[in-house]
Amino acid sequence: MTADKRVLIIIPAWNEADSIADVISEVRGELPAYDVLVVNDGSTDATERVALACGARVVSLPYNLGVGGAMRLGYRYADENDYDVAIQLDADGQHDPRYVPKLIDGLNDAHLVLGARFAGEGDYRVRGPRWWAMTLLSRVMSRMAKTKLDDTTSGFRACDREIIRLFAQWYPVEYLGDTVETLVRVIRLGHPVGQVPVAMRPRAGGVPSNSPVKAAVYLGRALITLLLAVNRR
Amino acid sequence: MKLAIMTGVVALLLLALIFELLRRRQLREKYAVLWLVVGLVTLPLGFIPWSLDNVSSWLGVASGASLVLFLAVVFLLIVCIHLSWEASRLEDETRSLAEEVALIRAELREVNDRHGELEAEVEQVRAAQANGTANGHAVGIVTQRDGKAVVGDR
Repeated sequence: MTADKRVLIIIPAWNEADSIADVISEVRGELPAYDVLVVNDGSTDATERVALACGARVVSLPYNLGVGGAMRLGYRYADENDYDVAIQLDADGQHDPRYVPKLIDGLNDAHLVLGARFAGEGDYRVRGPRWWAMTLLSRVMSRMAKTKLDDTTSGFRACDREIIRLFAQWYPVEYLGDTVETLVRVIRLGHPVGQVPVAMRPRAGGVPSNSPVKAAVYLGRALITLLLAVNRR
Repeated sequence: MKLAIMTGVVALLLLALIFELLRRRQLREKYAVLWLVVGLVTLPLGFIPWSLDNVSSWLGVASGASLVLFLAVVFLLIVCIHLSWEASRLEDETRSLAEEVALIRAELREVNDRHGELEAEVEQVRAAQANGTANGHAVGIVTQRDGKAVVGDR
């Protein structure tokens, strides 16, 4: 049933020339029927060239806008080119493309489906303030959505036409806005949201941040983002 | 008296600066009006700093100078807030433009690729045509529905 849908896989990339080739070839190997769009977010390295050489479509921003900026461009592309489903996937190899069909299946009863890292599958663990922030966000949003959402900050998600149209016009650039705020908005607009458990893999490039200060800052920003998002029209 | 001369001269310089920027069209009109009013208010206040003493004592402020200082701080705060609002709006606008540029460049690349392919095909057809007329067949370029050019009998 997923065969007749036009699916676009959006990969935001900022200076990911080292890992992007593997990610694109894996996605194209696993999901040959789907189009891959790399949103080059003002990279100063060879990201654009590498992505084109791997056979992906590429849109390049003239300067760095951040994940949110890159994502809105991706959704605009999906909207203008009339895709039925858009999948958001990270360029660092954390997201396993084999879960994409499951995400798309989830769209049968939801407009937006999150790939949840804490929902049983895999052994992704987070501790300290970062964990408190994520738990708090999940609790609040599960209550808002009236369904269980274990991982609201996941950058691995699928959405249908309606959400594509929404995100093409509106997608915040602020940090955490791209995950938390978009989710709050989608829920408040009354769209059903679902989740699919996914396993995370270690990043191919880059190091995860483990400093407690950064984690505390993350908690603070998460709270502010949530507070603002809930009070916005 | 010395104070009045100093503040008055500063007000004059301020007004001259605003006027000069306006004359060179360096300020948008919406700001121009604002700054002109500011200049025109500070000018008399500069030469007669005690002119507000009555108003300030009525408001419970000890001297006209403190009142002016207070109003100036409030005014500058509002201007700062306005400018950060304006900066956010401009960022939004440049963001849209950046997206637009990215989409247009992607489309241009696609069109260029397609153009290259078509040109190669036309070359092939020309070569075939040269052969075809030598064989006595009338051969032409036929454009199919999918936009591809093929060689066929006319």
